[in-house]
Amino acid sequence: MAFYFVQFLTGLASAASLFLVASGLSIIFGVTRIVNFAHGAFYMLGAYVAFSLTERLSGPLGFWGGIVVAALAVAVIGVLVEIVLLRRIYHAPELFQLLGTFGLTLMVEDLVVLIWGPDDLVGRRAPGFKGAVDFFGQNIPSYDLFLIALGPIVLGALWLLFQRTRWGILVRAATQDRDMVAALGVNQKWLFTSVFAVGVFLAALGGALQIPRDAVHHAMDLRIIVEVFVVVVIGGLGSILGAFVAAVLVSELNAFGILIFPTISLILVFLVMAVVLVVRPWGLFGRKEAPARRTPGLTVIPWRPLSSVERLASLVALAFAAMLPFVAGNYALTVGSEIAIFVIFAASLHFLMAVGGLASFGHAAYFGLGAYGVAFLAKMAGLPMIACLLLGPLLGAAGAAVFGAFAVQLSGVYFAMLTLAFAQIVWSIAFQWVAVTGGDNGILGLWPEKWAASPSHFYWLALGVSAFVVSVLRLITFSPFGYALRGMRDSPLRSESIGINGKRIQWTAFIIAGTTAGIGGALFAYLKGSVFPDNMGISLSVDALVMVLLGGVETVPGAIFGAIVYKALNIWLVSQTDWSKLVLGIFIVLIVVVFPKGIVGVVESIMHRRRAVAPKAAALSAKMEGAQ
Amino acid sequence: MRRRTMLAAGLGLAVAGLAGAARAEDVIKIGEINSYSLLPAFTEPYRKGWQLAVEEVNAAGGINGKKLVVVSKDDSGKPADAQTAANELVSSENVAMLAGTFLSNIGLAVSDFANQKKVFFLAAEPLTDAITWSKGNKYTFRLRPSNYMQAAMLVEEAAKLPAKRWATIAPNYEYGQSAVAVFKKLLSEKRPDIQWVDEQWPPQGKIDAGPVVQAVAAANPEAILNVTFGADLVKLVREGNTRGLFKDRKVVSFLTGEPEYLDPLKEETPEGWIVTGYPWYSIKTPEHDAFLKAYQAKYNDYPRLGSIVGYQTIKSAAAILAKAGSTDADKLIAAAEGLSVPSPFGEITFRKIDHQSTLGAFVGKTALKDGKGIMVDSVYRKGSDYLPSDAEVAKLRPKD
Repeated sequence: MAFYFVQFLTGLASAASLFLVASGLSIIFGVTRIVNFAHGAFYMLGAYVAFSLTERLSGPLGFWGGIVVAALAVAVIGVLVEIVLLRRIYHAPELFQLLGTFGLTLMVEDLVVLIWGPDDLVGRRAPGFKGAVDFFGQNIPSYDLFLIALGPIVLGALWLLFQRTRWGILVRAATQDRDMVAALGVNQKWLFTSVFAVGVFLAALGGALQIPRDAVHHAMDLRIIVEVFVVVVIGGLGSILGAFVAAVLVSELNAFGILIFPTISLILVFLVMAVVLVVRPWGLFGRKEAPARRTPGLTVIPWRPLSSVERLASLVALAFAAMLPFVAGNYALTVGSEIAIFVIFAASLHFLMAVGGLASFGHAAYFGLGAYGVAFLAKMAGLPMIACLLLGPLLGAAGAAVFGAFAVQLSGVYFAMLTLAFAQIVWSIAFQWVAVTGGDNGILGLWPEKWAASPSHFYWLALGVSAFVVSVLRLITFSPFGYALRGMRDSPLRSESIGINGKRIQWTAFIIAGTTAGIGGALFAYLKGSVFPDNMGISLSVDALVMVLLGGVETVPGAIFGAIVYKALNIWLVSQTDWSKLVLGIFIVLIVVVFPKGIVGVVESIMHRRRAVAPKAAALSAKMEGAQ
Repeated sequence: MRRRTMLAAGLGLAVAGLAGAARAEDVIKIGEINSYSLLPAFTEPYRKGWQLAVEEVNAAGGINGKKLVVVSKDDSGKPADAQTAANELVSSENVAMLAGTFLSNIGLAVSDFANQKKVFFLAAEPLTDAITWSKGNKYTFRLRPSNYMQAAMLVEEAAKLPAKRWATIAPNYEYGQSAVAVFKKLLSEKRPDIQWVDEQWPPQGKIDAGPVVQAVAAANPEAILNVTFGADLVKLVREGNTRGLFKDRKVVSFLTGEPEYLDPLKEETPEGWIVTGYPWYSIKTPEHDAFLKAYQAKYNDYPRLGSIVGYQTIKSAAAILAKAGSTDADKLIAAAEGLSVPSPFGEITFRKIDHQSTLGAFVGKTALKDGKGIMVDSVYRKGSDYLPSDAEVAKLRPKD
């Protein structure tokens, strides 16, 4: 019995660490609607700075003072980031801020290695909390007891802050209705900055408090960021109490789960999130969001199919691309094939995100399923390459059909997180089912047949399929189905009132996107000659998001350019420097500042302004915006 | 779509231009790939090791009079990126052979690439048994002692312990899984009386150490096998120390004696663990002295195991290239099979039967000295003594 009680307390201690970081994220998201990918980076910075301070300052005061000073220092960095970077992009399309914070994260990961060196750092134990307390023969670390107490104290302090201060009231009001708070004359700039500072302080404090029990290293951020997102979503966005309950739930399930299933930790949080979101679409303590007052479609330059001149130009460009094998070597062609494949992948996510208004955080699942589909067909059924390429993506389609049916019931960030949960579940199956998938050692030896084996032939194949897929997705975008889908994106209420079966339309779009991603994955399997669980991992999903956002989510061809720029740059940087993350991060942050609508988005709006034919539409949309 | 293709074409031209520039007759190139950005703690000393080797090879006249050049690429810890890098090295840099890699899945991806493109590949660090056995191919050789070999070395010591109730803690991926599987199999063969009472599989890099330590303690084992390393190991050791998990229990641990993993533990280093590792401070052989002196003179730092691996990878590669007198893959394979080369740990041989080198490892016990973790009572175990019989190996490896 004593054992179960101690295990329960151990779970609570884990929960407290998780809650500190999650609460900051939840506050930031609730008010600013920023999906702060850099939250993990602030957590890591907190740990690094606290390590340096506590190593230099002596005594208990030095230790605890160091922890607090570290958290404050990182909060100041957070304020700078907010003022310099985020303020410029609050009005960018939804999720665009994710791109900026992603760039920051990349930079920080390399910067900490540059500053603190590559070795794992192990900090001091907390003075006064070094040992353990004996409980009926079981040892409970006293630091765990400290954390267990700290969790509710922080929860209580935040409650007081939000319920009993004017600032807290404003924050709660802004969480509920930002526009109304602004209309009442509250200075939003100041409010956002202060909220961001509090959130970052909590993240850095969470990181600093890990020093006595963890090692400080440059991958800490990735270890925590996904998990805290999950906790925030399970709890309900913007709900502090929800984040606390979710942290306890997840940690206790893990503490007791490993007694029965020792491998459960790999997937537990995602399983919990999937179940919670299917049963309660807004998390445990979340509330349904009020319908957006602003119609998103109005900020967009109206979409139109290509004119005949543009069509001709595209064909010419395609013909130029097809001539690459006559001038370039094998390596360039293989890189070209990879880029073409990522154009397919990005275009498929773009279709879901831009046309359907459904941002998926787990799109790599369908890419990976397509790749595994090919691997199973080729290795187990021994089918020829053509058959594998045609049938492999069906696994992606099947996955999308199953998961999409659940996911489209939700919207916004909840949709995104449910797709992430499904992707992680698929990933963990590929990772854990060693007998079938080979686990993380993957499936090898999937090389193309002779007719496609030479780099030039494979390049033509990839380019052709890519052009075909992009054209088909464009056709669908401008078909009646595409209009219905956009209708659902811009106003679900109005669309459903004119008789559009919204959920079915979105589900179909999800399957289309999943299938096309699967096509990309199928080609990718042959390009690399192997399939790994990596092919459906979080980092690939994030890559796809970055490509779409970089190109411009409110444009039709944005994903194509985003994919080319990001992939080409990434391959080039990784090949040229060991600090590719730092350079890529700086580049992304600059892009975010210079092109707040994405590359294509900004180019299009410049062209749109110059065009003389447009004033009518522009004036109309300006009028309608003004009327709001 | 228009600009997409033009950009692609432009990029292609740029890359093609770069490719042609670096070709010289009096140079032999080795293409090297490793997870520099993902695992700097291990790959930085590794890089220093191979840079020292390149310097030494060229100071001694290069390879049959030609200068040795190593072109190094980062794989960002992803198999797909490693293949892109391998492709660049082979297609654009025209390297004579590929070398390097750390993670097992990346090693396998590059090995498969080498097999497909018919390029010689010397895997430096990946530990998976698959790379020389179940997924072995004729183009791939491996330097470091495999999972099986390290398990066999540790089992030899573990079997001497009186402990009968064993628990295991290992990261939940192929390396951890196969380390535990081989260890269990070999130990149970030697000691049929042993009971396996618990196993814990925390996700790699994400151990929630408190509950794991509690769970293991609840099973009340007499001895524990640990396979975690890096930051996970730190958390495990700290929780284990505080909760008294290691008190009066024997612990056998993979890799923990390597400075990369032992040094961060500092005064928390648990005493008396039976580990594999690299006690550079207590190896007294002329070969190692020479290496140590050269390394410390060049870098003013002590070597880690990664330094040895990087150094020996390039030294071995140079010996293979020199013996082959050619950069033809088949001639390189013929030269490498059965080749013996000197190393800081003494002479090693690349076996013909499975392309595994006989590089060994040190087995010893952890101890605490002046607030630092060290290995004591360490003995070098030759790799050749811890491999299965040739008949068994032949069964494990697919026919070429």
